[in-house]
Parts: sequence; structure tokens; C-alpha cells
Amino acid sequence: MPTERPTPILEARGVTKSFGPIEVLHGVDFALRPGEVHALVGENGAGKSTLMKCLAGYQPVSGGEIVLKGEPVSFPDSEAAEKAGVVLIHQEFNLAEQLSAEENVFLGRELKRGFFLDRKAMRARAESLLRELATPVDTRLPVSRLSVSQKQMVEIAKALVREARVLIMDEPTAVLTGREAEVLFDQIERLKADGVAILYTSHKLDEIARIADEVTVLRDGSLVANAPAAEMNPNRMAELMVGRELSDLFPEKLADRSPDVVLSVRGFSVPGYVETASFDLHRGEILGFAGLVGAGRTELMEGIMGLRPASGTIGRNGETVRIRDPKEATRRGLAYLTEDRKGRGLLLKYGLRENLTLLGLDRFSGIFVDEKAEEEALDAAIRRFDIRAGSRTMAVGNLSGGNQQKLLLAKTMLVEPEIVILDEPTRGIDIGTKQQIYAFINELAREGRSVIVISSEMTEVIGLCDRVIVMRSGRIAGEVSGAEITEEAIVRRAMGLEAKQRMEMAGEAVHVG
Amino acid sequence: MSAEAKVEPQRRRFAVDLHVIGPLLALFALVILGMSLNDQFLSAGNVTNVLARSAFIGVIAVGATFVITIGGLDLSVGSMSAFLAGVTIIVLNSLIPVAGGGWGTILLGMIACLLLGLGAGLLNGILITKGRIEAFIVTLGTLGIFRSLVVWLADGGTLSLDFNLREVYRPVYYGGLAGIAWPIIVFALVAIIGEIVMRRTAYGRHCAAIGSNEQVARYSAIHVDRVRLATYMLQGLLVGIATVMYVPRLGSASSTTGILWELEAIAAVIIGGTVLKGGFGRVWGTVVGVVILSLIDNILNLTDLVSPYLNGAIQGVIIILAVVLQRGRKGA
Repeated sequence: MPTERPTPILEARGVTKSFGPIEVLHGVDFALRPGEVHALVGENGAGKSTLMKCLAGYQPVSGGEIVLKGEPVSFPDSEAAEKAGVVLIHQEFNLAEQLSAEENVFLGRELKRGFFLDRKAMRARAESLLRELATPVDTRLPVSRLSVSQKQMVEIAKALVREARVLIMDEPTAVLTGREAEVLFDQIERLKADGVAILYTSHKLDEIARIADEVTVLRDGSLVANAPAAEMNPNRMAELMVGRELSDLFPEKLADRSPDVVLSVRGFSVPGYVETASFDLHRGEILGFAGLVGAGRTELMEGIMGLRPASGTIGRNGETVRIRDPKEATRRGLAYLTEDRKGRGLLLKYGLRENLTLLGLDRFSGIFVDEKAEEEALDAAIRRFDIRAGSRTMAVGNLSGGNQQKLLLAKTMLVEPEIVILDEPTRGIDIGTKQQIYAFINELAREGRSVIVISSEMTEVIGLCDRVIVMRSGRIAGEVSGAEITEEAIVRRAMGLEAKQRMEMAGEAVHVG
Repeated sequence: MSAEAKVEPQRRRFAVDLHVIGPLLALFALVILGMSLNDQFLSAGNVTNVLARSAFIGVIAVGATFVITIGGLDLSVGSMSAFLAGVTIIVLNSLIPVAGGGWGTILLGMIACLLLGLGAGLLNGILITKGRIEAFIVTLGTLGIFRSLVVWLADGGTLSLDFNLREVYRPVYYGGLAGIAWPIIVFALVAIIGEIVMRRTAYGRHCAAIGSNEQVARYSAIHVDRVRLATYMLQGLLVGIATVMYVPRLGSASSTTGILWELEAIAAVIIGGTVLKGGFGRVWGTVVGVVILSLIDNILNLTDLVSPYLNGAIQGVIIILAVVLQRGRKGA
């Protein structure tokens, strides 16, 4: 890092923020400098989002001040902040899905020639911007047809058109695979070289150690540390965030595995996504599914659960079964926790009780639903999964991501499945909650349940699973178990570099124990 | 949606209370107004008249509450009722030579009407679930079909029930039990059962879940299509029940039977606090909504304060107000 650092372009000075009587930010100082990445880390609820929203004009500060180029400012709204070159890129993108990429890039800033839109100029500019961002997509396609990482690049292009000097990125890699994240990091380097100041948040601390110049750690709304990234490492950051020493993030793996096969899938295809996948799942095993996003892992599991049309055979404890819909899957002892907890997992406007029992409502209803039994089940779930909610009747959309995930896990476990399929169980949640969820998963395996974990986080797959199946382009590309589970082994298979392994796994291959 | 997350707890609670008591307050205000304008307003005769006439719309609106709660819509109920009335009259008339002119015939006619209602609901439901067509489009289509069929059956005129049979059938609308008219009793029963089903059964919970987020419902192992189909059939059955009570009132069916009932039913549902986009339904609210609508009509007719011709305008204002008051409620 150069000894002489540029002067900050955007600063928060002693910023406090209150919602009603509750203060959620207690006098935070934060500075963004041109050409530097300043990472903001903290657990869910530590105040990261609030600080970002204050900086980007989405919320007014309650005390302290926001300073732009040395001048105190108060943005009346996010539009004013954007005009001043401060752009926030949301985790859930703010794109109009039906409009084309180029229309999105220029949304609200359309180029005009006289009275009419200058489509040609906008297309040319959008194309060149996206090409520079290493995302050569057809800009005429509606955004809904783009992949998640491409959408992200469209968001960045949109920010660049607005001549952003400060980019605030809220967990940009949460939905990206390792390779897609690499593209993003390259672009961040480029933006830095252009003198853009970047605020970066992520729960992936190794990423932060890699790309950040400066790190600020928030805990419970207070600044607990600010240091050059060179003086930080992921362990130190995690400890500062949680406020205690995080011994082992992952629980100890079970030593031995039962030979009983509880689920055997043979020649399973989901049209358009998965081709002839075959695998076995043992009792008490934690089986990981790794691969790039779009490799067909989610679709394979949804096919097995009867959520998608599929073909192939499923054996359950040696007996061939047909699963036509999720209800039958539940009856067969399978349960699936979706990766999309807000869109597919929870009724965001309903309270905890209704959400908890939705999947297992049969268990609470004869002719009528037994609300008392539901309340008792909620008591038990809150205790077991350590769900923290302001009130039991609050809309679950207002819970933090971690608590939503715990509730979703409780909902899934309420049907007492023997086989639990968890799709990205820790996406977008903080490290303390992650540790808890890992412990729950381990506990399930110890109870003799079998767990399938789909995860795009390499450390998670490696730290948690007894065996890992790697998928690539809709096929099972390989399998590793025990001490063989290394990042390199998984990546090689996910990228198709292990052709030999693939041959072995093709057709009616049985897995090696 | 995210804006709602920032609403402070106290304000939120107040808003929810207003949602709950809003329709009741409006009803109360109308009763006071009615009483002060006309001393006959609360007479047994007038009350019976108001409630009995609202029973048809009321029974249909209970069904519409479920349909709207699952995020659907049924525009065909008025035409469906006219069609059912027409066919029931034809069935009754043609049964006289076979089964005589007594209660047996009437009972058969009622059963035919109810089955036909179920069938019509099944048709709507199948097109919506299996055909994957928007409920709005399907029921707009069947609205036209049912209406056209009744006009065709009546050959452009009026289908009339046999005069003698009409005398036998008459008590179903005009008679009653312990001084309470049958339509009022039926409406009350349908409403009470409807409220219990919505509030206390797994089916009711599933309806709300589907209307709130169909994907979540599907991933929660709910048979989404089956619940929807059942809901449109329930709506059909309730239209059948309303028609069974309607036929003896006039003893005829024509191109104008049941006209705009769908709008009155939907209006009552919305005034009652059910969320138009689905996800939250309240049967008792619908009952209040139905009574509010007929009270407005009644008050305008009893007094010469405002021309009764303005009834539609006043109802329109109330519907729009109800939706404004609904802002920021849960479920959708």
C-alpha cells in the first residue's frame, strides 16, 4: 500500500442511526478513498446494511454526518446520491427483468436524440461497457434470460453509466460461483485502477483478505476494528465479528459410516438440466454436492423431490419408489430445504407459527388445525434451533437472514425426515449462525439421518461432508471421499479436468466406499 | 415491501386494528344513519328484506372470498347463476309429467342445480389449473358462455317456472324457521361454516399460503392445483345454493338474471378486508361487506336524501376507500 493515501471521497463521521427508540448504529466512522477497496464486515444485524444505506442516501442519518469530498452532505434520496456519483448495488438486484440489458443499463438515464430514444447509441455504449466487464452478452436479451453473474455485471455497467465514483457492493459474491467471482474481482481491480472507491461487504472472509485494502469490522452497531487489510486475516476478522474466539467452525466428522443405503438414484434425468445421474446415500452420512452454479445440482434434487418432471429410478431402503410430488417425497421420508428461502421457502408476510407448520400441517390437523399444538411446536423449534425473533407473530420477512434460515430448517425438520436435502443452507448468513447450522447438520447425521448438502462454498463442503459428489454440466463428474476431499480435487472435477474420473463414473457406476 | 419493514411496531398495530374494525365501523355508521333517517329502518320487515335480498350475493361472496384468497378470481358467478336458474327451471318443468308437481320434483331440481354448479366450477377450475390459463381470462370467457346459453335456452325471452310448482317452491324464499327467512338462515350457516373452514382447517391455511406465494406452497408439499380446483368447485356449489334460493323468488330466469352479481360479490369481499391479490381472506368481513352494500341500497330507497340512481356511485366510492385502507396489511 502506498504510504501517501488519497483523501477520502466519501466519509461517515460519527454516524448514528435510530429506528424509533432503538439505536442501531452508535457513532461509526468510515471512509472510502478513491482507488481503494474498503471492506465492511460484521454479523447479520451488526449494522452493515444500515451504514451502507446511510452512505447511499437510502436512509437519513440520525446523528453525525456524511461527508462528500470534504463537504457535509445530506442526500434526500438515493437518486440524489447517484447524481453525486454514489451508487449502491443491492444484493437482490434492482433490474427490470422484462427489459433488455441495454434498457436496464440506461434506465432513467436514457440517451435521446431530439424527442426520441437513441437506441443505437445506447446499444453501442452498453455493449462496449459489458465487453469491458468481460461479459459479452447480447444486450438485446431481456435481463430475465441472463445468468446471475451476468445480471451483476449489468448492475455494474448501470453504475458506470451513472459515472459512479463510489460503488457500494452488498455481498456481490453471495450468489456467484468461484469462477464468476474471479471475473468480478478482476473488474474490481480495473475499477480501482480508474480511481473508483469501493465499499465491499461479504460473509466470505477469505475473499476480503484477498481484495480489500482496508477492513472495518462492525459488531452490534459499533465499530470494533479498522485496519489495513494487510494486518488482518480471516480468523482475526471472524473473531472480531463474533466477539469471541471461534474455535472450530465445523464439528468433528463422524468416524464411521453405516453401509446401509437409504437412497439410491439410478439413471436420473431432469430434461434440460440433468442427464443420467446415479448415486447412493448411506444412513447417517453427510453427502456433499459440489459444482458450479448451473451444474444441475438443485434441479437434480428438485427432480428427486417430485418438484420437476424427471425420469429414472429411485430406490428407498432397497425398494423402488415413484415420487410424483413433494407430498409423496415427504411420505417417503425425504425433505428438501430450498436455496431460495425468500421466494420458495417462507411466507414472508406471515408469522413464525404459520410458516413453521406449513409443510407438516397434517401433523397438526384432524378436521381442525390444532393451534395449541402448533404453538408448542414453535416453542420447541425456537429452543432447538435458537431462533431469535422480536415476537412470534412478526412477519418472518422482517427476521434476519440467519433466523429465517433457522426457521426454514425447523420447518423442514418438523416432518421428521430420514433424508434431508439442504440446498445452500448457509447462503448469505453470518459466521456465528453458520457455525450453529453446521452443528445442527452434524447432529442430524448423529441421529442417524442422512443429509445431502448442496453448497457452492468450498470450505463448507470440505469441512462438513463425509463424501462429495461433483457435478458438471448436468452430469456427475466425479466423487471424492474422506481425506481426498480437497479444494483442488473438487475444482478439477467441476471444471472437467478429471476426464478419467468421469469415465469411471459414467453409466451404472457404483460408488467406491 | 421493504418499506413496510421499517414501520414501527406501534403504528403497525394501530393500522392492523383499523383493518379489522374498519368494516364494522362503517356498518355501524350506516345503521345509525339509517335509524336517524327513517324510523321504519330497524323494523322486522325491513331488516328481513335487506338480509334476505343480500343472501344470494352473500352466499356467492363467501365462495369469492376463498377464490380471491388463493389469488384467483371468478367473474362468471352472475352468469353462472342465471344459467343454473334457467336449467333448473327447465328441469323442474320437464319433471312434472314424470315425478309430479310436489316436493319430490323440487328436491330433484335442487340437486340438479347444485350438481350443475359444481360442474360449472369444475370447468372453470380445470381450465385454470390444467389449462394453465389466467383465472381472469377463463372466467371472463365462461361469463360470456353462461350468459349466452341462458339467453339461448330462453330463446331471447324469459324461462318461467310452472305456476303450480312455483306455489310449492315459494316457501324456500318466502318462508322461514322461527320467523327468520330461509335465505337468511342459509346465508348465516354458509358464512359460519366458511369462516371456520378459512380460519381453522388445513384447507383454509393452504388457500392463504397459495395466494401468498404459490412457490412456497408448492415447495411445502401442498397440492396447489388440487386446492385451486376444489376452490373453484366450492364457488360453483355456492352459486348453486344461491340459485336454489333465487328461483322461487321470481320463478323465472332471463338474460338479466344475476347481472353484475360478480362485481357486487367481489366488492363485498374487498370491503370486508380480504386482500385482492390473495394471501389473506376473512369470511366474516365479507358478510359485513355484503350487508354494507345492501344497506346503502336500502337507505337510498327509504329516504329521498340522494337519488337511488346514485347507488352505484356510492358503492364505487366505498370499494375504492376500502382498498386504500387495506394498504400495508399482511398476507399479500
